[in-house]
Amino acid sequence: MARSPATGRSRRLAFALLIALAALLAFAGSASAGIITPESGGSPNADEISSLYKLVLAVAVVIFVGVEGCLFYSLVKFRARKGAVAAQIRGNTRLEVGWTVGAALILVVLAAFTFAKLGDIRNPPNSGPGGLQLADNGTFFASGPTKKLPPNGRSLNVCVNGQQYIWRYTYANDCANAPLGSPFSYQQMVVPVETTVTLTINAQDVAHSWWIPKLGGKFDAIPGYTNYTWFKIPAKYAGTTFTGQCAELCGRNHANMTATVRAVTASEYEKWLDERKADIKAADEAAAEQRKQIEQETP
Amino acid sequence: MAATTEQALAPVPQIVARRVEPARTGWTSWVTTTDHKRIGIMYLVLTFVFFILGGTEALLMRLQLSQANNTLLDPKTYNELFTMHGTTMIFLFVVPIMAGFGNYFVPLMIGARDMAYPKLNALSFWLLVAGGLVFYGSVFFNPPECGWTCYPPLSSKAYLPNGGVDAWIFLIHLTGLSSLVGAINFYATIANMRAPGMGWGRLPLFVWTILTYAILLILALPVIAGAVTMLLTDRHFGTHFFDASNGGSPLLWQHLFWFFGHPEVYIMVLPGFGIISEVLPVFARKPIFGYKAIAAATVLIAFLGLLVWAHHMFSTPSPTVVLVFFMLASFLIAVPTGVKMFNWVATLWRGTIEFKTALLFCVGFIGTFLIGGITGVFLAVFPVDWQLTDTYFVVAHLHYVLMGGAVFGVFAGIYYWFPKITGRLLSEGLGKLSFWLMLIGFHVTFLIQHSLGLDGMPRRIYEYSDVGHLELYNLISTVGSFILGIGVLVTAFNVIRSAKHGPIAGPDPWKANTLEWFTTSPPPVNNFDVIPRVRSVEPMKDIRRQVERQMGPTEASPAPVAESAVRA
Repeated sequence: MARSPATGRSRRLAFALLIALAALLAFAGSASAGIITPESGGSPNADEISSLYKLVLAVAVVIFVGVEGCLFYSLVKFRARKGAVAAQIRGNTRLEVGWTVGAALILVVLAAFTFAKLGDIRNPPNSGPGGLQLADNGTFFASGPTKKLPPNGRSLNVCVNGQQYIWRYTYANDCANAPLGSPFSYQQMVVPVETTVTLTINAQDVAHSWWIPKLGGKFDAIPGYTNYTWFKIPAKYAGTTFTGQCAELCGRNHANMTATVRAVTASEYEKWLDERKADIKAADEAAAEQRKQIEQETP
Repeated sequence: MAATTEQALAPVPQIVARRVEPARTGWTSWVTTTDHKRIGIMYLVLTFVFFILGGTEALLMRLQLSQANNTLLDPKTYNELFTMHGTTMIFLFVVPIMAGFGNYFVPLMIGARDMAYPKLNALSFWLLVAGGLVFYGSVFFNPPECGWTCYPPLSSKAYLPNGGVDAWIFLIHLTGLSSLVGAINFYATIANMRAPGMGWGRLPLFVWTILTYAILLILALPVIAGAVTMLLTDRHFGTHFFDASNGGSPLLWQHLFWFFGHPEVYIMVLPGFGIISEVLPVFARKPIFGYKAIAAATVLIAFLGLLVWAHHMFSTPSPTVVLVFFMLASFLIAVPTGVKMFNWVATLWRGTIEFKTALLFCVGFIGTFLIGGITGVFLAVFPVDWQLTDTYFVVAHLHYVLMGGAVFGVFAGIYYWFPKITGRLLSEGLGKLSFWLMLIGFHVTFLIQHSLGLDGMPRRIYEYSDVGHLELYNLISTVGSFILGIGVLVTAFNVIRSAKHGPIAGPDPWKANTLEWFTTSPPPVNNFDVIPRVRSVEPMKDIRRQVERQMGPTEASPAPVAESAVRA
């Protein structure tokens, strides 16, 4: 094997690979979400997931370029030529131990990244100063270890219930014993910005999965189980509607089981809640009136 | 060839035949056969038919998704299609086609005259036929529409009262029995019927993977058999195993299903790894790099594969410690898988690579499977998985693993072993055309699906509105799927044409390493008149060298000199 041209060429090749790698990483940083990175921006947990994803992506790109590079280099360099004789190598213990340990080390790094980010993704922060003023509701939720509350124990809780093929939201703290007349809505959840919103997720018929990509990951709604997550929408998104849809096959109209979250300011939220309460009360009274009428008409 | 072994001269006990039955011909000879080679051929043909059916179902789905808010298919039909596609590809194509290759080649590669239990072998095949018929029979009534995972409560009688789910349950039972019987047969064959001298350290790597495949099937199948039986009794006999309103647990199903379902992934890809490990060294004209490491990695992957099932359930209500355990276990599996990738690349390194179609599929496999492996690491990081699971990112990942890992391996196997099975060579020109169509079609179809998932498209939806780039991405994917489909058909045409008209192959067209090339193509009913003593992991290389010593170098061309390595 001629030494010098080969090293020259491999140096050029390595240089080209590095350039490609840098370009890819720059692209990863600047590319809009939804092409090579997950959507984020609506809540700190979604942002943290996205940045964890980018760390994994950076490691992945290096491995990808390295292995595909070696593969294509071998295919070009070692294709059969007249007079070429294959080296009869059966293995190399030092090399093999080396890449086994190397692969393991990369995974240790990835695990470290994950643990570093995990707290911020799993644990809800306190609401901001511009958020809704909340009463202490920490004591209500001593029930399960999976329910996470902000450090000050205050969050706006929404009970999310999956049903074929719509989401129902009850605005109450204790979902198992929500008081009668608790405000509720279907399909569109309305929440105040700068406020930590905790979700208690259930399903009443088949399994569903709650997912608003910009507000964080998916959490399955499974009959007989309760799942929890949270989000906190920054103040600048007041007036924005975030969209998502059920992510677990739940039957024929699974595709149409959409969900939206409309972020509003704290005062708008309180106004909306009062309107809902009044609307629901009026509807209940109207229904009671109708029942009375039917009772009178049919002896 | 018989002269190559000393054992040929040893006295053989006399067998007096009263009557010699003439060899049977016609279709009854196929229906009644217990010959592992004929059963193997029937497996390969039948499973390929299912592959075409499953592929057609996929193309129909891609047509529906090519446009936003498309009305080509109604939601019921769409749900039936993805259920049938997944179930067909897994239970009626990938798992049994590996059994087909195993059936044909394990006895030949270990120098045996048949499988240990020939009649059970026939039973395996006919149970598979029964499973396929029961399942596809539902096309005339109500096919299942719960996805290949059939999660309750959706799959319970309350939500899917018609017989589709029951047809699916029977398919799982019948194909499960088929695989279980086959697995026991493989295990017994490999453990007991190896050629003299073939210790565990000289077992061909494909046979190692089939052995591991068999053990995994034996461990995983009883669990799914139990689970679907529970589902059956829930549906018809008043039990409530998975019914939350009566004290049952829908999550129990998910645990049982994935305790089977994840090993099933390795059941599907490990034999593909085995084929790659056989084909690469032959066309690189180099021994496999790190034989022991590859064999050990196979066993280690299988073991770890039993410990990662809940990474399919990261978004279910689970304590953090469980999530962390299954993340780390899934990471661990990347190590032996990475070792295999490095060993394959190192096998090519400093070889003299002959670009036959079989090798191209191997290389396509390595390049493609790498992406599937890497996206698997993304999914193992459970907070990232919360964003990616149940989206098209997962659809892309699983197709990179199963198409890149299993199907490209299968196609490498088809191009490599077809001459042994039929005695004729496949057309290299058509083969290469098929390879490039499949490779390009595959990546056009599935690479963009990662972006679909990142852009917020969940799996298993029959329609979507055109937000973001969803319509563009979906259209690209649909175009790719048809290129891929044409690529598969080119190979199907190649196989049908070459079986009659291909050039005669001779016993050892590739100058290969393993014992199946020692006998004629196609092999006689008893495979070998004389079984040679095995002295290394590459017995055919030894035999060629011996022949060369006895007959002079002109007759047989030794492997390392790349004399046939021209214009590939």
